[in-house]
Amino acid sequence: MPFPRQHIALLAGIAAALTLSAFGGAFNAYHLDIAMTVGIAIILAVSLNLINGHTGLFSLGHAGFMAIGAYLSATITLFVGPQLTGPAPSAFATQAIFFTALLTGGLCAAFAGILIGLPSLRLKGDYLALVTLGFGEIVRVIFQNIEPLGGALGLYGIHPLTNFAWIYSGVALTIFTVSCLVNSTYGRGFLATHDNEIAARSIGLNTTRYKITAFAVGAFFAGIAGGLFAHLRMTIDPRGFDFSRSIEIILMVILGGMGNTLGVILAAVVLTVLPEVLRPVAEYRMIIYSLLLVILMIARPQGLLNFRPKKAARI
Amino acid sequence: MTELLQQLINGLSLGAIYALIALGYTMIYGVLRFINFAHSEVFMVGAFVGCYIGRLAGSVTWWSGFGALGAAMLVCGILGFIIEKIAYRPLRGAPVLNVLITAIGVSLFLQYGGQLVFGATPRTFPELFPVRHFRLGGLDVSSNQVIVMIVTVVLLVALQLIVKHTRLGTAMRAVALNPQAAQLVGINTGTVFSFTFVIGSALAGAGGVLYAMNYPSIDPLMGVMPGLKAFVAAILGGIGSIPGAALGGLLLGSAETLVSGSQFSTYKDAIAFGILILILLLRPSGLLGRPGVEKV
Repeated sequence: MPFPRQHIALLAGIAAALTLSAFGGAFNAYHLDIAMTVGIAIILAVSLNLINGHTGLFSLGHAGFMAIGAYLSATITLFVGPQLTGPAPSAFATQAIFFTALLTGGLCAAFAGILIGLPSLRLKGDYLALVTLGFGEIVRVIFQNIEPLGGALGLYGIHPLTNFAWIYSGVALTIFTVSCLVNSTYGRGFLATHDNEIAARSIGLNTTRYKITAFAVGAFFAGIAGGLFAHLRMTIDPRGFDFSRSIEIILMVILGGMGNTLGVILAAVVLTVLPEVLRPVAEYRMIIYSLLLVILMIARPQGLLNFRPKKAARI
Repeated sequence: MTELLQQLINGLSLGAIYALIALGYTMIYGVLRFINFAHSEVFMVGAFVGCYIGRLAGSVTWWSGFGALGAAMLVCGILGFIIEKIAYRPLRGAPVLNVLITAIGVSLFLQYGGQLVFGATPRTFPELFPVRHFRLGGLDVSSNQVIVMIVTVVLLVALQLIVKHTRLGTAMRAVALNPQAAQLVGINTGTVFSFTFVIGSALAGAGGVLYAMNYPSIDPLMGVMPGLKAFVAAILGGIGSIPGAALGGLLLGSAETLVSGSQFSTYKDAIAFGILILILLLRPSGLLGRPGVEKV
């Protein structure tokens, strides 16, 4: 039996990330930093695409999941790690702790995703969007009030453990997981839930399970992205994970075309690189973003970077 | 006891403002079936119009106060009309999510456009009405708080009269019930949508001026929190119901003021969202709303 294509792609992706990372010193530090920011954006956008695009649950709280991952993983590498490894850990121990921290952050975010997925059993559309928005704000307020984690000032002095290899392995894993889920027999349930929930239920699909899974998996990778972000920037504060951060991720999903993984990746790259190129008009960035949202919805609702023909018309 | 009553008065005054904004949300949701996220930015524009008119007037009299209030309502009404025409009308019949995303886009546009036009730094709101303080027992009530409550009650009654006793109001109720059927019996739904937007936005404008009178520091992002809370108030009372919006606003305002007076004051911004999640889980149709039936 031949090895599945997606698995080969995953391994190739991780191998490429490790190889490129080994030659990291050859690149301009500024370009490397942008490349890493792009990677984190891709993880966030692809994971949100599973919730918003494929499953059709409009979530406005992705930054909340990211915050949970960022804070928890930073707590582990800052406070828990040193107690386990002593003052001078080996390189392997440091990386192992970092891996554990990322995983824990992701799992806690996934748990929050399940919690927020529960109301989605009864709510849809606008109301669900509002609950997820509320969730994101509650997460922000809670982290603002935890003084040991820096309160409103934020947490700083986080170890710079994130590198190119970690981020792009994460990217490969995220794309692999989401595309495997959606293209499997099991994962067709996400699309069915998206297209017509009542019809999906009436042919015996457990749409509840798909919705919760989508939230859990999406939140997990957002948590991982948060952890990577924290250990890249070395400082995090609650305001960095507010509503406008969620909007930025949503814009990537909409620009790329909801449910179109390739388009979403492209949009994540474009929207992260563009502000760097357009520094002179930086103060107009959000105005351009917002106009883009409105114009896209009126003129090209399938997404700017989606060149596939429209799916068959729905009844 | 006195302190509790004092908090309750402050809470009712804040709640009255939430109620005004919630009325706009609830009307627009009731008739057009979507959350107008840009409503909180219309509220912000209202506060800025009040600010400019207040500065223009110079002397502080009753006339200048009501002039500023009226001007804010007028400008916001026109703004609402334009927003509906340009952003929402082309999307009539589009999926809910598209409209929602558009609403978020309009809201962000007004926020960041506001930062360019008005400047991003907070500014102080001028006094619009002559301020007096009344002592009732041990309670301190400012004339601004009284004005807020009186204006809210007057606008609420006026709105109720419009909706129940005018031709356009009847048409609004018909469209809210069933847009297709309303169109079939000859109601011009376009006019009804515009009218709903104008009235809702004018109420938000009034809310903006009243809010800025009591919390006199305004900036282009000031609308976000009150706007979200007012929407929670609308859901709490039962979306689509005018008395419900008023009740929800008052309840939410009181709850928030009581919390901010307690030791949990730093959590006051989370209260509204906690209430929102609870009400959606326990009674999604709100306190005064009627549960709807999902049709295939």
